[in-house]
Amino acid sequence: MSTATTELPEIPVESRLNYLNANYGIKSWLLTTDHKRIALLYLVSITLMFIVGGVAATMMRIHLIEPQGALVEPETYNRLFSIHGIVMVFFFLVPSIPATLGNFLIPMMIGARDVAFPKLNLMSWYIYIIGASLTLYAAISGGVDTGWTFYTPFSSSYSHSAVIPVALGVFIAGFSSILTGLNFIVTIHKMRAPGMTWFRLPLFIWAMYATSIIFILGTPVIAITLFLLGLERLLHVGIFDPAVGGDPLLFQHLFWFYSHPAVYIMILPGMGVISELITAFSRKRIFGYSVVAFSSMSIAVISFLVWGHHMFVTGQSVYAGLVFSVLSFLVAIPSAVKVFNWTATLYKGSISYQAPMLYALGFIGLFTMGGLTGLFLASLATDVHLNGTYFVVAHFHYIMVGGAVMAYMGGLHFWWPKITGRLYPDAWARFSAFVIFIGFNLTFFPQFVLGYLGMPRRYAVYPPEFQVLNVMSSAGASILAVGYVIPLIYFIWSIRYGPLAGPNPWGAKGLEWQTPSPPPTENFEEIPIVTEEAYNYPQLPEVARG
Amino acid sequence: MAAAWVALPRLHPPAASTIAQGVDRLYFFLTLITLFFTALIFFTIFYFMIRYRRRSEDEIAGGPHEHLPLELTWTIIPTIICVVIFVWASFLYVRNSRPPRASMEIFVIGKQWMWQVEHPEGVREINELHVPVNTPVRVIMTSQDVIHDFYIPAFRVKKDVLPGRYTSLWFEATETGTFHLYCGQYCGTDHSKMIGWVYVMNPTDYATWLAGGTETESMSQAGEKLFLQYGCATCHLADGTGRGPSLVGLFGKSEKLQNGQSKIVDETLLRNAISVPNSVELPSYAPIMPSFQGQINEEQLLQLISYIKSLGSEERKTSGK
Repeated sequence: MSTATTELPEIPVESRLNYLNANYGIKSWLLTTDHKRIALLYLVSITLMFIVGGVAATMMRIHLIEPQGALVEPETYNRLFSIHGIVMVFFFLVPSIPATLGNFLIPMMIGARDVAFPKLNLMSWYIYIIGASLTLYAAISGGVDTGWTFYTPFSSSYSHSAVIPVALGVFIAGFSSILTGLNFIVTIHKMRAPGMTWFRLPLFIWAMYATSIIFILGTPVIAITLFLLGLERLLHVGIFDPAVGGDPLLFQHLFWFYSHPAVYIMILPGMGVISELITAFSRKRIFGYSVVAFSSMSIAVISFLVWGHHMFVTGQSVYAGLVFSVLSFLVAIPSAVKVFNWTATLYKGSISYQAPMLYALGFIGLFTMGGLTGLFLASLATDVHLNGTYFVVAHFHYIMVGGAVMAYMGGLHFWWPKITGRLYPDAWARFSAFVIFIGFNLTFFPQFVLGYLGMPRRYAVYPPEFQVLNVMSSAGASILAVGYVIPLIYFIWSIRYGPLAGPNPWGAKGLEWQTPSPPPTENFEEIPIVTEEAYNYPQLPEVARG
Repeated sequence: MAAAWVALPRLHPPAASTIAQGVDRLYFFLTLITLFFTALIFFTIFYFMIRYRRRSEDEIAGGPHEHLPLELTWTIIPTIICVVIFVWASFLYVRNSRPPRASMEIFVIGKQWMWQVEHPEGVREINELHVPVNTPVRVIMTSQDVIHDFYIPAFRVKKDVLPGRYTSLWFEATETGTFHLYCGQYCGTDHSKMIGWVYVMNPTDYATWLAGGTETESMSQAGEKLFLQYGCATCHLADGTGRGPSLVGLFGKSEKLQNGQSKIVDETLLRNAISVPNSVELPSYAPIMPSFQGQINEEQLLQLISYIKSLGSEERKTSGK
C-alpha cells in the first residue's frame, strides 16, 4: 500500500505544525471538527467510563470474597453489577475501538483528510457525553438495580430505582452510535484515495464497515425498546407487564435483537485491529485477505439472526430453540476461520514481540477460548444447565475483555506513537500485557467451573461451597486491575517524556504510517495515490502461490 | 470456614436425575473439543513464535498468503464438528423437554423472593420441594410478579417462571438426598436469597411426609369449592346444556376457537379462559363469561385448574390404553 513516499524533513516534532499544536485552548478542543481530536475527546471520556465500570467491578469482586458478602448489602451489590454492565457495555465497549481508533484511523487509512461529516462527528461526541452524564448522574443519585439487560416486568413495574434516567442515558448515547456508523459508512464509500479499491482496504476498515452496518441497523431497535420500557414505567401502557396486558418475553426479543449484534459491535473492530497487528509484527501479508474481509461481513449479517439463543430456557418453543441453535453455530464458523487465518499469517513470518504483538497474540488465545465455550451455550441441552450461571459470565468476559479489551489495548499501544508522536517504555508495556493475561485468566477461568457447578450469576450472597473459586477469581481481579493501571501511568508519562517516535516506528505498511507523527491537521500534505494491496511487505521471491 | 480453604473445590456438580448423565456426556465432549482446539492454536502460535522470530532487522518474510484448499479445510472441519454437536445437543434437548405421560404434577408459584410449592394432595411448602425418587415429576410454574427461574443444578434442569402464563419442566430424580434449588433469573433485591432445597425421598418416606401435612383437602377439592363459590357451576353444567361448555373430559382435547385456531386445552389455555375469557371464545357459545382477573389469585387459579383436570382428561385416557 505504499505510495510515492514524501520526504520527511528531520526536524523535531515540536517545531512542526501538527494536529495537537495547531491551536491551543479548551475552545479549540471542544469546537474541533478534526477527526483526530474528536478521537482523543472520546479516548479521555471512555477511559473515565472504564474507570467507573472498573471500580464497580473491583467492589463486586471484593464483596464476593465472603459467601455472605464482605462489603455491601444485596441492594447495593445489585446496583454495582448494574452500573458495571451498563457503563462497560454502552459507554465503554460499544464506542471503544470505533470512536477512538476508528475515528482517528479511518480517514488516515483510506487516504482522506477527515470523515465525511466532521461536524456530525463532533455532535456524536456531545450526544455521547449527554447520555453518559445522565447515566452517571442517575447512578450516583440512587442507582439502578435492573442489570444492564433491563428485563421486564421487573424494570417496568417493580424496580424502585432510577430506571428512567439510566435508560434515557443509554437511549441518547445510542444516537451517537448511529451517527458515527453513518459517518463511517459514507466516509468509506466516498472518501477513499485514488487507487484505494475495496480490496486494497486494510482489514481494519472492513471490520469498521461491518460494525457501522450493525450500528445503523441495530441501535434504533434498542432505542425503541427502551422508549417502550419508559412508556410502560411512566404511563402504565401495557406492553411488557402481563398485569397490564403486556407480554413479558417481548422485551427480551427486542432487547436481544440489538444486544446480540452489539456483541459483534464490540468484537468486530477488535478483529480488525488484530489483522493490522499480526501483519505488522510478522511483516507479512495477511493470510486469506478476502476470506477475513468477508467473514466480517457474514458475521455482521448472521449476528442479527441468533438473538433467540439468549432465550432457550424462557419457555420459547422447541422449534424456535432448534432454529436459533443452528444459526448460532453458523455464526461461530467465520470467527473460527479468522483465528486460523491469523495463525497462518505467522507462518514463515519475521515475527517480533513488541507490546502490541503480545496483546494481539493474547487476543487470539483468549478469543479462541471464549469462542469455543460459546459452543456450550449454543448447544441446547447444555445451555439449559449453564444459562444464567457464571459459565455465561466467564464466556462473555473472555470475548469482551479477553477479546475486545485486549484488542483495544493492543491497538492503543500500536498507534500511540502515531497519535502522540511519542514512544512509551516497551518493557513496561510488555510487562503489563503479561500481567493482564495472567490476571484475566485467574479472574475468569474459575468462573467457568463455578457455572458448571451451578452458581447463578448476579448473586450477592452464595452457598459457602463456592467460596474457594470465588476467592481465586477475586485474587485474579486484583492482578488484572494492576495490569490496567500500569499502562495508564506510562501512557501519561510518555506524552511528556517519551522519546520521539518518528513517522513509522514499527516499519509498518498502511497510509497512516506514511505521514508524520503526530500527523498534521490535514493528515497528508498531498492525497496519496494507492498502487498496492494492503500489507504489501517485501517477500522472499520463492514463495509458492496456491 | 477454615475447612473450605483446605478442601479442594469440587469440579463436578452432583448428577442426580435421569437426564444429568446425558447432559454431562455432551459437556465432556465439548470440553474435549475446546481443549483440543485451544491446545492446537496455542502450540501452533508458540511454535511459529519461536521458529519464525525476527533474527535481523532487514529480514524478509516468506510463505504463502493464500491457499484455497487450506481455507476450505478449516471451514469444513469446524462446520462438521458444529453439525455433530448441534444434532447431539438438539436430540437430547427435544428428548429432555418431553415429560413422560405418567408424571406426577407439582405446582410452583414464584414471588419476590420465595418459592411457594403446592402438591396435588394439598400439601404446601415454602422454599422446599419434597419429591419421591425414581418418579417422573412435572413442575407447573407461574410467577406472581417478575420473571423468576426455577433451577436445580443437580438435575440439570432450568426453566423461566413467567408472570401471566405457565411454564413447566420435568425431572426424574435417581438418588435420594438434598439438592440446591436456585432462582436463576435476576428478580430484584433478594434474588440471591430466593433459594431452597430439593429433598429426594424414598416413595414410602414421601408418602409419610405427605400424610404428615395438616391439609385436609386436596388441590382439586379446594378447586371444586371455588368452582361453586364463584358461580362457575351455574353456566358450566356437566351435561353440556348450560350457557357455557361442559368441562367434563375437556382437558387435553383439541378445541376449535372462534378465531378459527385449534388449540389443545392445557393449563395455560384454562388460565386464559378464566382471566381473559374473550381470548379463548368458542364458536357455539355467546361471549358472556366475565373476566376473573384480579379476583382469583395464582394459587386459586391452580386449584381451579386442578379441579377441571380432575373432571377427566383426554391425556389420561390415551395414556391408559
